[in-house]
Amino acid sequence: MSEPLLEVEDLRVSFRSRRGTAVAVDGLSFSLAPGEVLGVVGESGSGKSVSMMSMLGLIRDPNCTVEGSARFRGSDLVGMADKDLRVLRGRDIAMIFQDPMTSLTPVYTVGWHIAEQIRVHQSMSKARARARAVELLAEVGIPDPARRIDDYPHQFSGGMRQRAVIAMGLANNPSLLIADEPTTALDVTTQAQVLDLLRRLRRDHGSSIILITHDMGVVSQLADRVLVMYAGRAAEEGPRQEVFHHPRHPYTWGLLGSVPRARAPRVRRLPAIPGSPASALAVPSGCAFAPRCRFAHDQCAERPPLAGADHLDACWLPRDRRHELRHSLDEVATAAGDPGQQSIIVPATEEFE
Amino acid sequence: MVRFALARFGAAVFVLVSISVLVFLIFFATPGVDPAARIAGRNADQATLAQVQAEFGLDQPLPVRYALMMKHLFVDRDLTSFVNRGVLVIPQIVHAVPVTLSLVLGAAVLWMVVGVAMGTLAAAWRGRAADPLIVLVGVVGVSIPVYWLGEVVNLVTQSRLHDSVFSWVPPLGYVPLTQNPAQWALRLLFPWLTLAVLYAGIYARVLRSEMMGALDEDYVRTARAKGVSERRILIKHALRCSLIPIVSLFGLDFGALVGGSALLTEVVFGLPGVGRLTYTALQNLDLPVILGTVLYAAFFVVLSNALVDLVYAALDPRVRHV
Ligand SMILES: Nc1ncnc2c1ncn2[C@@H]1O[C@H](COP(=O)(O)OP(=O)(O)OP(=O)(O)O)[C@@H](O)[C@H]1O
Ligand SMILES: [Mg+2]
Repeated sequence: MSEPLLEVEDLRVSFRSRRGTAVAVDGLSFSLAPGEVLGVVGESGSGKSVSMMSMLGLIRDPNCTVEGSARFRGSDLVGMADKDLRVLRGRDIAMIFQDPMTSLTPVYTVGWHIAEQIRVHQSMSKARARARAVELLAEVGIPDPARRIDDYPHQFSGGMRQRAVIAMGLANNPSLLIADEPTTALDVTTQAQVLDLLRRLRRDHGSSIILITHDMGVVSQLADRVLVMYAGRAAEEGPRQEVFHHPRHPYTWGLLGSVPRARAPRVRRLPAIPGSPASALAVPSGCAFAPRCRFAHDQCAERPPLAGADHLDACWLPRDRRHELRHSLDEVATAAGDPGQQSIIVPATEEFE
Repeated sequence: MVRFALARFGAAVFVLVSISVLVFLIFFATPGVDPAARIAGRNADQATLAQVQAEFGLDQPLPVRYALMMKHLFVDRDLTSFVNRGVLVIPQIVHAVPVTLSLVLGAAVLWMVVGVAMGTLAAAWRGRAADPLIVLVGVVGVSIPVYWLGEVVNLVTQSRLHDSVFSWVPPLGYVPLTQNPAQWALRLLFPWLTLAVLYAGIYARVLRSEMMGALDEDYVRTARAKGVSERRILIKHALRCSLIPIVSLFGLDFGALVGGSALLTEVVFGLPGVGRLTYTALQNLDLPVILGTVLYAAFFVVLSNALVDLVYAALDPRVRHV
């Protein structure tokens, strides 16, 4: 395998507060090869955004501590001086956020934003930056870009704005694009267009993409590898085919169980899994998922390591019996007249009281 | 933008006409009050009363009276103060306006520069020792009454330390800019500072909280993700967006001050401005002068509001397209 573009090791992000220390990311490790698309999934609050933003130094909360390492092309982003990190941000690593409505400064035109992105990192005349901005807008599929470039963000629709934001992200040909739920705020059609755009981006520019989403469907369309996060930790990580067809972690089973079978209408968000996600203020010392897991046993009081070769998971269940266990659940579910929906995981109370 | 400007000024003219009608009604058509006696002042003789009757057409129907009043104000400009026996009102106002404008303009420049700088620095240094310090200075500035500060400044610069440190301070009063620019500035220096202290404090506080809000916005996070420097984020993004509410605040304050709210400062520093003119007119119940200054004040408030809306539209593209 080639040298990884990004190698995250034991990343830990915590927030001190009056109520105690909230551990948002707890020993996260993964690596990303050049040109690879990594899909990151997990319930709300599982630390997806915080882990990415902490690497880029985008968390300005003075009570936040970031530990561990995240080596991008060999240099560690954690603990890097902000002025060095700033050179990477927007040039080598671009990040786009969920809500395109609020992510552009309302008083400047779309073209201004793109030109700013270019001129922060390259010395280029205003006129050339503008010409390049028109090109970029055309590339992301904005019709009549030479005219629309002078529009203000409020004159763009949500989908166009997200495309403009992506155009901005692409301006300096970054080798890594981190997209934090880029499609969540958009309607289905626009969503498909944006995903298409990301796919093209990978093909034409060879950029790596980290795609954060709630939507298993999006991951299955785009990702090469999938990282499943729970309570700030990696529950499972592996090639998409493997994770989708042979999921190993009971939490992943829950996520996938909630994905509708073929021909069923598409569910766009992860449905609620019974029980509530672990609070960042009190992550269990053992397996974080144990309180919600039907298969929790004594060993789960100890934290399972993320183990495996290419397909990794953090679970104490015997590897060779997983398929069988998962299957047994499906049968229970079918017997209960609920074919494969949300039946795998039971609320914590049943196990622990 | 041009259409927006025209529409806005059309609205301003409409408001001005409405105000003039309203003021007219209050002065000339308040039930149970004899306008002639009011205008003529206390203990006026029969001849004066008759003269007032004729001049303002008080036996005529209301619209004619309104037209007559407007004619006295704007066409013939011969509105006369009866209390002050024949002193013309309009020239008095015309003389007072430059004084007030000099005072308020100078102070406005000071308080905008100082207030914006303080607010921006406080926001930039949030969470550090300097931030609460700036806020404290701002609070002190806000809480000092202008007339008290003015008196103290006068006491110090005009008598106590006048023989030593402040020997360069000229006596109170106004010297026109056209006559002697240096004296003009020197005499206005302390009035400017006094008036600006209050507003700089207010503006710093408002701007600080606006900027704190702006710095939490998503667009700031986006700018950071682009690799934009903190200073540029602060100025180009956060400050630029936070200036919008500051401008509307400024329009209101500026209009009110030029319209006569600088009264206390003018009185304390012996500046013969519009505020002081109104003040003396009120003391003498000099109705024609009050009438003139009220309309003048309304004019400035409305005008500065219209200007603010234009600046607002220039600053905020979202406003332009409504
Ligand atoms: N500034 C902060 N102070 C304290 N806790 C924080 C802060 N920012 C985030 N957290 C906590 O970190 C945890 C992870 O949040 P994060 O935003 O990464 O979740 P997420 O996986 O991106 O969720 P979503 O899918 O809703 O975006 C949450 O429990 C959140 O409460
Ligand atoms: Mg998030």
